[in-house]
Amino acid sequence: MFALIPLFPLIGALANGLLGARVFSRKGVQAVAVGSVGLSFLASAASFVKLLGGSGEAAVARLFTWIPPSPVPLAGGRTAAFSVELAFRYDSLAAVMTLVVTGVGLLIHVYSVGYMAHDRGYARFFAYLNLFTFAMLVLVLGANLAVLFIGWEGVGLCSYLLIGFWFTKESAASAGKKAFLTNRVGDFGFILGVGILLFVLGTVDLADINRLVEAGAMSPGLATAAALLLFFGATGKSAQIPLYTWLPDAMEGPTPVSALIHAATMVTAGVYMVARLHPLFTFSGFALDVIALVGAGTAVYAATMALVQFDIKRVLAYSTISQIGYMFLGLGSGAYAAGVFHLMTHAFFKGLLFLAAGSVIHALSGEQDMRKMGGLRSRIPTTYRVFLVGALAIAGVPGLSGFFSKDEILAAAFASGQTAAWALGVAGAGLTAFYIFRLIFMTFYGPERMDVETRGHVHESPPVMTVPLQILAGLSALGGFVGLPHLLGGGAWFGKFLASSTGLHEGHLAPGTEALLMALSVGVGLAGIYGAYAVYVRRGGAPAGWMKAKFRAAYRLVSGKYFVDEFYDRVVGGGVLKLGRLATAFDLKVIDGLVNGAAALSRTVSRLSMFFDAKVVDGAVDGVGTVHRAASRLLRRVQTGYVYNYALAIVSGLVIILALVVSVF
Amino acid sequence: MVPINAVFVLGILLFFLGLFGVLFRKNLIVMLMSLELLLNGANVLLVGLGFHLRSPRGSIFALFVILMAVAEAAVGFALVLSYFRQKRTYDIDKLNELKG
Repeated sequence: MFALIPLFPLIGALANGLLGARVFSRKGVQAVAVGSVGLSFLASAASFVKLLGGSGEAAVARLFTWIPPSPVPLAGGRTAAFSVELAFRYDSLAAVMTLVVTGVGLLIHVYSVGYMAHDRGYARFFAYLNLFTFAMLVLVLGANLAVLFIGWEGVGLCSYLLIGFWFTKESAASAGKKAFLTNRVGDFGFILGVGILLFVLGTVDLADINRLVEAGAMSPGLATAAALLLFFGATGKSAQIPLYTWLPDAMEGPTPVSALIHAATMVTAGVYMVARLHPLFTFSGFALDVIALVGAGTAVYAATMALVQFDIKRVLAYSTISQIGYMFLGLGSGAYAAGVFHLMTHAFFKGLLFLAAGSVIHALSGEQDMRKMGGLRSRIPTTYRVFLVGALAIAGVPGLSGFFSKDEILAAAFASGQTAAWALGVAGAGLTAFYIFRLIFMTFYGPERMDVETRGHVHESPPVMTVPLQILAGLSALGGFVGLPHLLGGGAWFGKFLASSTGLHEGHLAPGTEALLMALSVGVGLAGIYGAYAVYVRRGGAPAGWMKAKFRAAYRLVSGKYFVDEFYDRVVGGGVLKLGRLATAFDLKVIDGLVNGAAALSRTVSRLSMFFDAKVVDGAVDGVGTVHRAASRLLRRVQTGYVYNYALAIVSGLVIILALVVSVF
Repeated sequence: MVPINAVFVLGILLFFLGLFGVLFRKNLIVMLMSLELLLNGANVLLVGLGFHLRSPRGSIFALFVILMAVAEAAVGFALVLSYFRQKRTYDIDKLNELKG
């Protein structure tokens, strides 16, 4: 049943990719793309219902044996029969992920029908989008790391293809390359991590790995090494420090792509992977601490950069990096379900924010600079309302989804003793509220700053775009209630549902402390909103200059994105260039020297050969001619041309013959 | 009755006279005429010897030779005439295009 989930998008991708532009009309392309994801969503929902009704046990679907059992040497001189099956595994975590991927994916597909309506690469776009959905589903359903890796690389490829969708634009093409290459750096770590697991445990099956690690089949040192390497892979895919730089540039892609891939699904693959292998990370406590600190650090660090961006999509991109940091903070605190919970709510509200930003950009004929927006509140009211819901959700206003999930993470961080990480998380919550409402105020409030031409064309998006927005707004508002904590009268059902996959996180906080923490984070969030209001609405005037004037040095640092891109450029890029120059020198001096030497040698040989040819061979030929000429010079004296000479010769010959005849007879 | 020796002397004399003319005269027409002389020398011998031996073969052969001489003279003079038309001379020394 659940094996069908990734099948439909694959069929859709093949149909649209191979036939789309030639055979189908635009309506046909839409029907195939949206229909396939719709069917996939139905299959996910049906599988989910079946899982709820059943015992909650994981189901496995084996399609075929990919690598038949063969002995491999393991660490410590053991050997094991190693085999890989192309198999899917469906449990509560996979259920959540497939529902998010196909559900949010379906809404974004529908939205794209409107957003991409005028694009020439219509079929290509939907083929890529379906292919991405397929790869993401393979990633979350894969029963072993090998299948997971297919999906892992598949989403990376689709990400590259879709960032560079408008590949005639140079910045888009190079952004795609940057994303792909940065991900490759992470994948390097990921592969090494898988290699360690394979070397020590002799299997790549996720369930087997978790079972063996829990049974103590791995030394803590190796487990830490494997966990950190896998996490390094996750930092690439999920855009965490140090490999986050590709995500802001990835905004060159079409906005639905940013929403689907670079907010809701692909970038959370790292979170999913860590949650999936949680026994390994739990076993290596150190890796967990690293994850918590990196997550919290990224959460604050990216939030500071979101404060100074003027491109509406880049604000959201940094916000995404920051929010994924929260997810990792949750994972690092041992609250895996909380991390996945935030993953889900984030998929709702960040998908919503991106799509709504797309609607704003659509309304402004492609303008992305917030300095040229403003006052759109009454011009595009539907977009404004859903945007506000998303903003309130991400800011952690009580009652909306982001509040529940973020709060659960912060509570777990505090409870696990990660005080520094917790403090960073709370600070990040304030920054989050500030930057998202800065975006709201700059975009929807104040005077209209667009040029006259654009101002006349401002229009609300068609229903095919606004309806998905409204559905996502509903999910962003209410989606958090599935994880309503005990303190607020709920049952934390989400965590219980996931317990079969991610283990149950025991919060050891007293109700009073928990309430206090909740109040604190809500207070920080509200303070952030008020701060944004104070700066960008009450003061009025030009919104761009305030921060620049107030914090000159800090502003330069942050708006320069901490000069990390420059650092990577200088150190990594420069290093590679230097290496390349070295290789060039080697190439020029040694390789070319060899080649040139060979050429010189063969030239000398051929000159000798030419000499031989000219003197000896031609000499022999000419010699034959010369001898003939000399001989004929002698002989031609005989041919005088005088008839009487010939007659004389005839007569003499006759006389001689006669003489002979006479003498013989 | 003519003595046979006289026939030999006349025939051989005519033959060598003709041969001498062919080999050493420079005029093409004279050379052709010498050739006739040479052939007739042979004819005298043929007829004389045939008569001496009481055989008709000598005369028959002589008739063949005369016939051939006529044909030769016809072709030969035609050639000489066309040569003269080209070179405006009968000098045999000018006829040396085959010189190697």
